[in-house]
Amino acid sequence: MESFSVSSDQLNENLVYQSVPQWDSIGHMGMVAALEEAFDIMMETDDIIDFGSYNKGVELLAKYNVVI
Amino acid sequence: MSIFFNDLGKHQNSIVFTTIDEQISYNDLVFEIEKLSENLLARKLAFIICENNIESVLGYLTFLRIGIVPLLVSKSIDRELLNDLITNYKPNYIWANKDYTLSNDWKITHSNRTFQLQESISPFNHEFHPSLALLLMTSGSTGSPVLVRLSYQNLIQNTISISDSLGISKEDKPITTLPMNYTFGLSIINSHLLNGCEIILTELSILSKDFWDLFKSRKPTTFGGVPYTYQMLKRIGFEKMDLPFLKKLTQAGGKLDHNMSKYFAELCLLKGIKFFVMYGQTEATARMSCLPAEDAVKKAGSIGIPIPNGSFYLVDDNLDVINEADKEGELYYKGPNVSMGYAYNVNDLILGDENNGVLATGDLAKKDNEGYYYIVGRKKRFLKIFGNRISLDEIENITLKNGYSCVCTGVDDKLYVFTENEQDVLELKNLISAKISIHHSAIIVKHISKIPRNDSGKILYSELQVK
Repeated sequence: MESFSVSSDQLNENLVYQSVPQWDSIGHMGMVAALEEAFDIMMETDDIIDFGSYNKGVELLAKYNVVI
Repeated sequence: MSIFFNDLGKHQNSIVFTTIDEQISYNDLVFEIEKLSENLLARKLAFIICENNIESVLGYLTFLRIGIVPLLVSKSIDRELLNDLITNYKPNYIWANKDYTLSNDWKITHSNRTFQLQESISPFNHEFHPSLALLLMTSGSTGSPVLVRLSYQNLIQNTISISDSLGISKEDKPITTLPMNYTFGLSIINSHLLNGCEIILTELSILSKDFWDLFKSRKPTTFGGVPYTYQMLKRIGFEKMDLPFLKKLTQAGGKLDHNMSKYFAELCLLKGIKFFVMYGQTEATARMSCLPAEDAVKKAGSIGIPIPNGSFYLVDDNLDVINEADKEGELYYKGPNVSMGYAYNVNDLILGDENNGVLATGDLAKKDNEGYYYIVGRKKRFLKIFGNRISLDEIENITLKNGYSCVCTGVDDKLYVFTENEQDVLELKNLISAKISIHHSAIIVKHISKIPRNDSGKILYSELQVK
């Protein structure tokens, strides 16, 4: 939420890459860093560039045993 | 001497643009240029709201060919700022996505794919200097934007010098990773058009899967990046990517720190990619120097040597030229690509060359005993944030105009703002982020009980804690 300045009710299937001004490439890198720190994981290339939406992200994070 | 925007026809049936949806040849491009040119009048002012697509480049080339002066504007420009520019500069034409609807003072006279040409119904009669070819916004300019006035010779000469420095040939195939209204991005397009290359045009970000799908299917041989691009590439595991068709990378738009520079120089050597570090400014059309790829490892951290027909010299505080090695001074550049000067309003478009080929860069540099230059600091108060030049004094002025009080300092890619009013912290962050179009994560606003000043009231920036 902090990475894109969005509220919790915006966390749904409509939140996709570049759908809000703050989810640009810079916001994306910030989000990846924040997720890695919060869950103590190291994301792989394919997962970083595949992380195109909130829903896809939840699915990808499951691979790292992170349950949202 | 070859002129990239006039000599397109000689490349005939070679592909010029590839997008996700289509491919067109140089012949097709010339045909489309001729069609768009119908009924357009020379020596008028046009705005292009740029996207990395065929339409934008088509408009740009058409205007250059028939002597219309285009101003290239970012598609993410603040709408209020765009309206101010329209009011101040009174363009005759606006070439933009059909989403940009204007008032009744405009009529649509042409359309092509997603773009349309809007013409003013009460056209202003501009007075232009005959050499004036193109207007660019200095990167990150805010509030009252300053335009850089470029001549036809600036564009033609810099394009040739860049092409020679990088050894560009018809086999090179760039993919866009930077906006075309950004001088470095534009120079990549120009220098490859000169050589009859195929250019892959895309708005996709290097962080999207679609970008890399396009990349793997179209096999570009080269692209350029600002320091932040290289940080992202490192983070997404560029090291492990198998891209055997990629032959050249260029870096400009700010100083890549020494470690990153060395990392990419060594990695590229291993992968058989030529890695070129370059240095430039909009005021010098695009680029001023190049570190040859074969020196990338040995001279990591250097901006290299001047491009063909250009020269550097260093000047000390007394304005005397420094001749000895390893002594710091302000970097000056001399060459045919130094812009004519700035425009602050529409009346400045008639001004001639005010720089006479010499540019004081505002950067502090030194030279080693083999003639390679290194940027060591800045003379003026500005930062480079994600490749955009941001003036600290200008941000202070904008916040003041909006009723806040703060002082700004920082390092590249991180702007620090200090305010004595704790309740303003969040609002300042949002305001600055919106006004300069920079992601809020690069802006840190801190509350401070008292802004340090000397006896005469001058702000002591060096005493503000940045970390």
